[in-house]
Amino acid sequence: MVTIKTGTHLPTRAGSLNGVIVPEQPGKNAIEVRGVRKVFGTGENQVAALDTVSVSIRENEFFTLLGPSGCGKTTLLRLIAGFDFPTAGEILLHGQDIAPLPPFKRPVNTVFQSYALFPHMTVAQNIGFGLEMLGKPKAEIEARVAQMLKLVKMEALKARRTSQISGGQQQRVALARALAPQPKVLLLDEPLSALDYKLRKEMQIELKRLQHETGITFIFVTHDQEEALTMSDRIAVMSAGKILQVGTPRDIYDKPAERFVADFIGETNFLTAAVADMGNGKARATLKSGAVIEATVADGFQPKDSATVVVRPEHAKLVKGKGDLSGSVTNVVYFGTDTHIHVQLDSGEAFTVRQQNTRTAGCGFEVGDAVGISIGNDAAQVLRD
Amino acid sequence: MAKFSIKHQPGFTAIATTCFVVLYMPIVVLVVYAFNAATSTSEWGGFSLKWFQSAWQNTQVIDATLLSFQIGSVAAVLATIAATMAALATTRTAPYRGLTFKYAAINQPLMVPEIVTGVALLIFFSRVKIFTGYSGLGYLIAAHTAFCIPFAYLPIRARLENMDLTLERAAADLYATPWQTFRRVTLPLLWPGILAGLMLAFVISLDDVVITEFVKSGGQDTLPTYMLGQIRRGITPEINAISTAFLLLSVAIVTLFFFVSRKQD
Repeated sequence: MVTIKTGTHLPTRAGSLNGVIVPEQPGKNAIEVRGVRKVFGTGENQVAALDTVSVSIRENEFFTLLGPSGCGKTTLLRLIAGFDFPTAGEILLHGQDIAPLPPFKRPVNTVFQSYALFPHMTVAQNIGFGLEMLGKPKAEIEARVAQMLKLVKMEALKARRTSQISGGQQQRVALARALAPQPKVLLLDEPLSALDYKLRKEMQIELKRLQHETGITFIFVTHDQEEALTMSDRIAVMSAGKILQVGTPRDIYDKPAERFVADFIGETNFLTAAVADMGNGKARATLKSGAVIEATVADGFQPKDSATVVVRPEHAKLVKGKGDLSGSVTNVVYFGTDTHIHVQLDSGEAFTVRQQNTRTAGCGFEVGDAVGISIGNDAAQVLRD
Repeated sequence: MAKFSIKHQPGFTAIATTCFVVLYMPIVVLVVYAFNAATSTSEWGGFSLKWFQSAWQNTQVIDATLLSFQIGSVAAVLATIAATMAALATTRTAPYRGLTFKYAAINQPLMVPEIVTGVALLIFFSRVKIFTGYSGLGYLIAAHTAFCIPFAYLPIRARLENMDLTLERAAADLYATPWQTFRRVTLPLLWPGILAGLMLAFVISLDDVVITEFVKSGGQDTLPTYMLGQIRRGITPEINAISTAFLLLSVAIVTLFFFVSRKQD
């Protein structure tokens, strides 16, 4: 097991290397995006790929930009890398505005979706490229390349051309190449999307290990919600050029702020309710059935006549008698670990309950059964939109 | 049901054969008579290499060949440099209004009739000659460079268009300045295209008659214009021998071009 602790046996970078600006005193935030807009096209064809986005990414954080394709996550990554420049706004790296700098003057490295390994160089030459461009002495480059090869377990293939190694191995080389110059921030643009399922699972663990061992801030772009939930320290959910919510995977999953977030991540039941007695981030929601449940309230919620309440399928319970809601079973779907029971509520809404399976008995409900649904005290969240 | 194939259409074989005969028969005859022992280009007098020997000892032929190589190599190098820059400028940019016009401008020699260019250059250069008094090889080199550019441009541009732009981005991301990116990533990957362009330009220059005929000053015969001059005085199998040698050289270069441009990554 290889262990790399930053700042112990690796030289710390300060001052200016080859024109690359390295701040002397790191702040608490690695990256601060302030009011960044990015507009493509001119005149009537103008499209705002990023619509005034602000977000702070902390040091040593595994931060994920999550959203469907076209939401602006890759544009934001490209602006941080320097492949494009914002129309307005600032991007601070440890307090210093890097937005106008070309990519080769930013201590930020990227792992590309296509890996973009240099086909005319060996694995070792690829990994050493960044250090070479920084003008490091040969001995230091060799030592660092050896260290990186060990870190990604590619020592045996260091002399190979990049076209002679597998997709998973190329992925490791791309990671090692981007980590070798010890960037302040590592950007990862959907790096796992080209791998098959099993390899992707392996690389997810590998990435977490690398992030832990190098202590480098990772900014990870993905459209895969499961990947985002399992890997991230914090997630920013994006849609149509805006960041809708930033929070820990738990926050995002349990307390989605908007309908889009709740819908994009996991499965959710949407209910209409009247909200009253707000305070301390909580409120009482009166559902259409007349039942009153306790719910947490999203930040920025404005009191209104009719609000949307979300309940995750596994946070509700199906009961034979009377619950908070009532309806009839329309479908029962077996998933191995659990069973999804679809219910048509008397109020007309659809509701799904997820129930853990056991070996001894079935789920206990059949299509056509009249059932009740009970929602616990800590199961509902009021959305702000 | 049998799959439709053009090969099985009536008359296909006949047409194909005719095309091949028309294309290759004259060349075959030319090559065969290069080995004729007689002085005639139509009556066979037995096998002999004497016309090759006579061409080899003909100082005019040697001089014309050397001049062709001299002009061809200088013009090909200059044209390839210009074409590389043009290809970089026209591919490493977002499409904009006027780009098509630039393609047309670069490829002008492919569209303007050679005779027109020849006459234009004759008039233009004669003025320059009066003005400067210079009458060296510069005119031929300039003219050859100009009409070689589009031929060098095509394979280089094709190579650039197939190149993954992310590679250059990755180099910049890894602290390479634009010049280092070009030197360490773009150029090595572009090299096969550049070599292919160079060879194509060289062959095109070697082969040119029309423009050379108009632009050359006295005593500046290239191999093709020398041959043209000889034919006016009557043909001996020596011309066949020179043509055969020329043909071999061209085939060799074009074959090399084929292999170089096929070498992907």
